Amino acid sequence: MSSPIVQTRQLRLQIGERVLCDQLNLSVVAGQRLAVLGQNGSGKTTLLHSLLKLCRVDESQIEIGGRSLAHWSRRELATMVGILFQENQDDMPASVHETVMLGRLPHLSGWHWESAEDFAIADRALKTVGLDTMKERDVGSLSGGERQRLAIASLLAQNPTLYLLDEPGNHLDISFQIKTLKTLTETVIQDNSALIMATHDINLAARFCDQILLFYGDGTYTVGDTNEVLTDDALSRAYGCEIRHVSTETGFLYYPAA
Amino acid sequence: MSPIRQYTLLSALTVLLVISVIVALTSGSVSIPVITVWQQLLQPTPGIEQQILWELRLPRAMAAFVTGGLLALSGVIMQVLLRNPLADPYILGISGGAAVGALAVILLGVASIWIAQAAFAGALLSVFVVFGLAGTQQWSATRLLLTGVVVSAGWGAVINVMLTTSTGNNVQSMLFWLMGDLSQSQTNGWHYALLFSGLLLILSQARALNALARGELLAAALGVNVTRLKLILYFSASILTATAVTVAGSVGFVGLVIPHMLRLMGARDHRWLVPCSVILGGSFLLLADSLARTIVAPQQLPVGVLTAMIGVPAFLFILHRGARSP
Repeated sequence: MSSPIVQTRQLRLQIGERVLCDQLNLSVVAGQRLAVLGQNGSGKTTLLHSLLKLCRVDESQIEIGGRSLAHWSRRELATMVGILFQENQDDMPASVHETVMLGRLPHLSGWHWESAEDFAIADRALKTVGLDTMKERDVGSLSGGERQRLAIASLLAQNPTLYLLDEPGNHLDISFQIKTLKTLTETVIQDNSALIMATHDINLAARFCDQILLFYGDGTYTVGDTNEVLTDDALSRAYGCEIRHVSTETGFLYYPAA
Repeated sequence: MSPIRQYTLLSALTVLLVISVIVALTSGSVSIPVITVWQQLLQPTPGIEQQILWELRLPRAMAAFVTGGLLALSGVIMQVLLRNPLADPYILGISGGAAVGALAVILLGVASIWIAQAAFAGALLSVFVVFGLAGTQQWSATRLLLTGVVVSAGWGAVINVMLTTSTGNNVQSMLFWLMGDLSQSQTNGWHYALLFSGLLLILSQARALNALARGELLAAALGVNVTRLKLILYFSASILTATAVTVAGSVGFVGLVIPHMLRLMGARDHRWLVPCSVILGGSFLLLADSLARTIVAPQQLPVGVLTAMIGVPAFLFILHRGARSP
């Protein structure tokens, strides 16, 4: 079996002096989808950001594609790892097309301009999220959900091997949440890439991910197959409120019992 | 925006530049017909027209173009660096520092050839003060902006002290300097070299600027070395502004409005916005200066007054039109 796309060894996540998680051992191989669950401030976003060198972390504890994170240049890393942020900044004006083209940035070198292929990839990505009819629209005039879909299109255009999603369901209505995650998980399985998503939605995680990392908020965690980790006891402990599940035709459905 | 529209815009701006140069060379207290200008440029024949053209108008036109280009380029950079549409080349206090230097020379009655040097020194001092105070580690756009604005206010107070304590003649010179004026402007090879190398440097970073305009985190995630890029932007914008200010004083409005005009016309990709800004900024200042020389001739107005007088309606028109289009 090939080396994992992401591997962490004894990784410590911290913000300032506060340790969010200690000795985190994680391994995500091609085709796998890992959901990161836990309360607010338990380190979900910090984990995603550390994998892209966006926050301070001991880079020797992380390996991407079998190589220590310290040995990846930022440019090179961006061709391998792409992220969907929790919030998008739109201070400066831009069109939908310009925004999706940003996804091709890591793949261009030197003074090169985007090729016809880059444009085709961006067009396909817009079509996937259903924004292909509003290419010239100003980003400022889009609704929250449309912006989120645009950010996802940009990520698809980036075509990374590792997809990091921070609250992918943000601003999306329930049908788009399902549609988007279906597309992404299919892409991951087809391309032999991998996906890590931080989310508050246990049900989205249970439906689309085969691995779960559950932070308990006290520096400890459980990681493993979805069915093994998602027990009522573990979830109740992680979220600090009683959580139960029922069986439905699409799998288990989790809900707060209190 | 399709490349065809971008090329159309660039060609239109080039035509505008040619027109601006023609206007600048033909108009003034003595108007010289285009055909005579052309003959004099190709084959200078001694006379009053040759003198006016070669010794007054041409050097002044070149100074106007280079100043406008420098300011517009610096404006583009500052707006991306601070991700604030209200940013202009002077927002971080560079012009304030330069003004204190220049006004001190006027106040002390030292020979006026030292004004440019003193202004440049004052600008650099301000650049380093702001950089030092904003913190070299992890400087955020907000922190930089606040530090710059406060330092700028400090310079403003010093300028006011100088203005209120000086006598009539000096005050007039000071006001002209503060509003921006090209009548004393001298340019040499350095100014053009700086504009050209600044343009090339920023063009080489243009794609990264597109990402940075959308946020530092996003730019970093797309592979941009944000810390290095911000240092490049801060210092290049500072040098460009300091150079412009030493040529013409603090001409307002160009650096703020030119990049926005172009963005509203659809040039938001920095690979187009950067060169277009230089051309439009230069042409704009050329036209404004031609008016400054002719509107109440033989008296001259400070060009800074004219940039606002033309810029305000032009900008409002484009803004209004942009708001109606889908």
